[in-house]
Amino acid sequence: MAREITYIAAIMEGIHQEMARDDDVLLIGQSVGGSPEDPFVAAFGPDRVRVTPISETAEIGMAAGAALAGKRPVVDCTMAEFLLVAMDQVVNEANRFHYMSGGRVTAPLVLKAGYGFTAGWAGQHTGSIYGMFMGVPGLKVALPSTPADAKGLMATAIRDDNPVLFLHHYLLTLEAGDVPEGEHLVPFGQAAVVRPGHDVTLVATGWTVHRALEAAEELAAEGVSVEVIDPRTIAPLDVDTILASVERTGRLALVDQATKHASVSAIIAAEVAEAGFASLRAPIVQVTALDAPIAYAKPMEDFVLPDVGKIVAGVRRVVDATVSGHNTAAAR
Amino acid sequence: MDRTAMYRAMVRIREFEERVKRTFAEHPGVIRGHTHLADGAEASIVGSIAAIRPGDHVMATYRCHGYPIALGSDTTAMMAEIYGRANGLCGGYGGSMHLADPERGFLGTSGIVGQSIPQATGAAYAAQVRGAGDVVLCFFGDGASKQGAFHESLNIASLWKLPIVFVMENNSYSVSVRVEQEDANAAAGEPLATKAVAYSMPGVTIDGGDPDLVHTTVAEAVARARAGEGPTLVESLVYRLSAHGNSIAPPGVPLHYPEHEAVTVFGDVAEYEAALRGDPVPRFRGALVTSGALDAATADAIAAEAADEMQRAVDGALAGPDPDPADALRFVVA
Ligand SMILES: Cc1ncc(C[n+]2csc(CCOP(=O)(O)OP(=O)(O)O)c2C)c(N)n1
Ligand SMILES: [Mg+2]
Repeated sequence: MAREITYIAAIMEGIHQEMARDDDVLLIGQSVGGSPEDPFVAAFGPDRVRVTPISETAEIGMAAGAALAGKRPVVDCTMAEFLLVAMDQVVNEANRFHYMSGGRVTAPLVLKAGYGFTAGWAGQHTGSIYGMFMGVPGLKVALPSTPADAKGLMATAIRDDNPVLFLHHYLLTLEAGDVPEGEHLVPFGQAAVVRPGHDVTLVATGWTVHRALEAAEELAAEGVSVEVIDPRTIAPLDVDTILASVERTGRLALVDQATKHASVSAIIAAEVAEAGFASLRAPIVQVTALDAPIAYAKPMEDFVLPDVGKIVAGVRRVVDATVSGHNTAAAR
Repeated sequence: MDRTAMYRAMVRIREFEERVKRTFAEHPGVIRGHTHLADGAEASIVGSIAAIRPGDHVMATYRCHGYPIALGSDTTAMMAEIYGRANGLCGGYGGSMHLADPERGFLGTSGIVGQSIPQATGAAYAAQVRGAGDVVLCFFGDGASKQGAFHESLNIASLWKLPIVFVMENNSYSVSVRVEQEDANAAAGEPLATKAVAYSMPGVTIDGGDPDLVHTTVAEAVARARAGEGPTLVESLVYRLSAHGNSIAPPGVPLHYPEHEAVTVFGDVAEYEAALRGDPVPRFRGALVTSGALDAATADAIAAEAADEMQRAVDGALAGPDPDPADALRFVVA
């Protein structure tokens, strides 16, 4: 049975159910377990749920150590930027141990952090910084865009035997959606085709999935049929689903809230250019954030971010593009 | 700064913060993101800054409105920054958490807990190399002393005898976590200044609500730093009189200033009310007027002038133009 709950409630439900299922799952962080009425402490006790000092290096390093010693820690890191303080522990420690030990040890841990909070939080709290992590071998990265996926990807993350960075989009925090009540697992490395279409493939993640769907609706009114794909995890990245779609549509547009050179979109563009070149009937278009930090003032914040208008314009460019002197749309 | 000037600076900081807070109700949507107020820490801020001279540097955190006021920054430009206007102190790029005014020695502010501590230590290294006897005041919270950056910096500052004073504003909370929940010294019933022992530097714990005491303590540490004798850790006990910051919400949900976490999280109304009774601003006024150092009429005039000044700051900020959207691409690199 599914019922409507918010994105953030779905994430916490995913953690709660996994903690109930497996006593080895621990939850630590600066914003959990601190208040006298904390529901996780009430359910699982003060050993398995602990508030931490503001000590990211120790929090994440300890999660690695506890994982090596048999536990499955979830660290609530609050905001993605805060774990940059512990960058070594995130990209150069737990994620290497399985490999360096020749498979003898595993470090199953989850780092939960919000990102993309473009709501006036200015230069240090708003980043879409997954680009720093998606190319790091041994580290998995999930970017849920709906409450159901948020719950299902969290449960999968906790059961995974590797370090997983679970990045939830802050602008989606209070968005509600249908979420299955009981056990719900969403596999890693399996993209979702969230809207089928046949003229152009549009790939987006997190908050931009919803903007891409709005753009697709607008374009449908003009007679352009857009297929919207959400990769859901960017490491592993389901390139096959995207390639199969591009094979049918012949056109690819990509949306990303990150700056272009640190985006998932640039990686997908490269994969499709390499493996799907024969299918392409037009150059790939990327609609990403402009190459700047996020300013505090709204007009400047808006200026650098992708929005529905920019996505619609980007898709039109792909559809109207001419390759080798031919108008491909007319040739369709 | 004499005592009247210290009082004036404290009143101006309080009035500024009151106007920031009132903006959430009076002009909804004008302040975005996250704003942190210095109300309750005025005596600590002003007493410390009264101990330095032009040429010295100050670094602080996202809770950064008090220091520039004490250093002489223009309050209309500060309010305009918090309102995201082009006439803001930093052109609307940084907002409330990232004030900077280098001409007044205020080098910049990080929103990432603890990370300004090594930066301030580096500014002290620069001062040592410059050799002009300048010092650095480094302000941060109790929570920040749990970062590796704090410990690494204190070690180097002591090792190299850098001209810096570490002023830890211990307000007993990191957002909604109480200090004894996250600090080993506090849990053992010891002051946080105990940490100085590990780095072989003087560590003192003082009532940060008493600007005279803060002034003499920090002045002594500054003199020590100028003389090449190295850093001091000053734990200044304060109580923030507002919540950690305004409510956190996605766009579309109106922001407001909630009650202090002592009340909302711990249900400890008595603690908060005791803090209100100890409010350092009326307390200093009382001390000055009772001792005859300041007459009541002058104290009233200082309050009225501050109210006028901050009304002008709000008006000037509201009237300020929005930044040009395309200016978002300026200043990405120097
Ligand atoms: C590295 C990092 N972790 C977590 C946060 C979130 N955060 C912002 S302020 C704060 C509390 C800081 O407490 P303290 O240092 O005592 O300063 P106060 O806000 O009380 O003045 C926290 C946890 C952050 N900004 N940076
Ligand atoms: Mg504090």
